[in-house]
Amino acid sequence: MSVAAAPVAARRIERRTLPPEVRRRRFLLAVANHSLLIAAAIMFLAPIAFIALTALMTNHQALSSQLWPHPIRWANFKDVFTTAPIWRWTLNTMMYSGLATLGLLLSSVPVAYALARLRWRGRQVAFMVVLVALMLPPQISVVPLYAMWSKWQPFGLHFVGTLWPVIIPNWLGDAFSIFLLRQFFLTIPEEYLDAARVDGCGELRILTTVVIRLAKPAIAAVALFSFLYTFNDFFLPLLYTNENPHNWPLQIGLSQFRSLHQVQWNLTMAATLLVMAPVVVLFFLAQRVFVEGVTLTGVKG
Amino acid sequence: MSPWLAGFTIFFAYPIVWSGYLSFTHYNLLSPPKWIGLANYRYLLHSDPQVWPSVRNTLWLIAVLVPLQVLFALGVALMLARARRGVGVFRTIFYLPALAPPVAATLGFVYILNPATGPVNTILGHLGIQGPLWFQSPSWAKPSLVILGLWGIGNTMIIFLAAVLDVPRHLYESAELDGAGPLQRLRWVTIPTISPVILFAVVLGVIQGLQYFTQAYVAANVAAGQADQAGDTVNHLGYPQDSTLFYPVMIYQHGFVYFNMGYASALAMILLAVAFAVVLVIVVNSRRWVHYQGALR
Repeated sequence: MSVAAAPVAARRIERRTLPPEVRRRRFLLAVANHSLLIAAAIMFLAPIAFIALTALMTNHQALSSQLWPHPIRWANFKDVFTTAPIWRWTLNTMMYSGLATLGLLLSSVPVAYALARLRWRGRQVAFMVVLVALMLPPQISVVPLYAMWSKWQPFGLHFVGTLWPVIIPNWLGDAFSIFLLRQFFLTIPEEYLDAARVDGCGELRILTTVVIRLAKPAIAAVALFSFLYTFNDFFLPLLYTNENPHNWPLQIGLSQFRSLHQVQWNLTMAATLLVMAPVVVLFFLAQRVFVEGVTLTGVKG
Repeated sequence: MSPWLAGFTIFFAYPIVWSGYLSFTHYNLLSPPKWIGLANYRYLLHSDPQVWPSVRNTLWLIAVLVPLQVLFALGVALMLARARRGVGVFRTIFYLPALAPPVAATLGFVYILNPATGPVNTILGHLGIQGPLWFQSPSWAKPSLVILGLWGIGNTMIIFLAAVLDVPRHLYESAELDGAGPLQRLRWVTIPTISPVILFAVVLGVIQGLQYFTQAYVAANVAAGQADQAGDTVNHLGYPQDSTLFYPVMIYQHGFVYFNMGYASALAMILLAVAFAVVLVIVVNSRRWVHYQGALR
C-alpha cells in the first residue's frame, strides 16, 4: 500500500506548488487539444451521418440538395432487399469468409510455429520469403493464376465464375497470418515448451495443447482479420465472378447496386450502410481483439 | 511446412515465373501463347499512350497520400495521447472508418462529393464557395481519393498511439530538465523513439499505393455512371479522362477487359521490379534514420 501511495502523494504536492501561470497555460493547452479533437471527430463522423441521412430520404429528395430527410422513409431498408439479391450475396460472402478463414487457420498455425520455434535449415530464408510474399502487389501474379484456374477443369468443373479460386489458396497458408502468428509465438517463453518436451510431448502435441492455448488472442486476431479481409475483398472476387452475378459476394454486388437500379441514391446509401453494419457490430463485440491485433502487427514490425 | 511449401509454389513462385514467360508472348487465353520476344516491352515503353499517365497517377498518389496519412495519423495520435477525457470514445470514432469496406466507403464518398447536389458542395454553397467537381473532374478526382484515404487512417493511428504511449516517461523528464519545450520534446524525444513505427507506416503506405485498385475502380465506375445517368457497366476505368487510371487498374484493363494476357504480364513484371526495388531501398535506407531502442534486434 505505502509503496503505491508514495508517488501519488509526491505528484499531488508537486502539482500544488506549480505557479498559477503554468497551471493556466496547461489548462488552456488541454482546452485547445480537446477542441481540436472534437473538430476532427466531427469531420470523421460527417460522412457516416450524410450516408445515414440520405438512406432515410425519398429518391426525389436524395437527388435534391436538401440535407435533412423529410419525410423519414424507413422503408428504404426494406426495399433494398426486394430490389437486389442481398441475401444471395451475403450467403456467397459468408461462404468465402468461413471457408477461407477456417482453412487459413488450420494451415498457417503450424507453419508459423515452425518458423518461430523449430530450428531447421533455411528458417531465416523461409521467413524472408513470407515477408516478400506479404509485400508484393497481388496484381503481379493474377494473370497466370487466372489462366491456371480457367485451364484446370477437373471432372468438367469450371472454377472461373465461382469463388473457389479465392478460397482455395487460403487452405495452403496465408503470408500475413503466418507473419502475425510467428510474431506472437516468439513471445511465448521457451521454458513452457521445454517443460512439455521434458514431459515427453512431441512437437505436434506441444503445438495443439500448449501453444494454441497460449496463443488464443493471436489466433482470434488472425481469424478476425481474415474475416474482415474476405468480407471487404474486391479485386480477386471481381476477377473471377464478374461475369456471373449469381456468385457475387456482397462487395461486388454493392459496387454494381446503382447500375442495377438506375439512380436510386437513397437505396444505394441504405445498402452501403447495411454492408458497413456487420463490421461495426463486430468491432464493438471484439474491440480488444482488434486493438491488440493491430498493435501486435505494428509494433513488432 | 509442406502444405505451405506446396501452396507457396503453386500460388506464388510458379505464377511469377510463368508471368515472366508470358510477358514475352502474345496470349489471349483461347489459343496457346505465341512467342513475340520483346515486342510487349517495346510497346509498353515507347508506344502505349496510357503507360506514362498511369505511372504518373500512381506516383502522385503515393507522394501525396502516404505523407499526409502519416502526418494526419501522427497528429491525431498525439492529440489522443494528451487528451484527459473521452479517450475511448475519440479513439473509436477515429478508428472505425478504417473498418468500412472500401467499396462502401467509396460509394458513400462519391455521393457526398457529388458536384451538383451532394452535401459537401451544398454546405460550401451556403458558405458562398463554389465547390469543385470532385470525382467528375480530372484534376479533382485524385484529391477526392486522397480525402477518402485520409478518412481511413484508423489502423495507422492506433499503431502510432500505442507507440507514443510507450515512450518512456523518463526521456521526457530529462529533456524537460535540459530545457526542451513541447515542440523540441516532440522533435527530439517522441519522433526518434517511435521512428520504427513511422517507417512501418511509410513502407505499408507505399506498398498499398502500388496496389491501389478498389477505390479507383469503384469511384470511376460510379462517377461515370452518375454522369451519363444510364449507369451502364461497360468500361469506365480511369474516369474521368484517365485521371484515376492507376498502374494496377491498367493491368486489370489489359488482362481482364481486353484479355491481352501477354501484355498484362509485361506490365506486371515492371510492377514486380518496382515493388521489389522500393521494398529494398526503404529497408536499406531505414538504418540511417531509424532509431531502434535497445539497438540490436
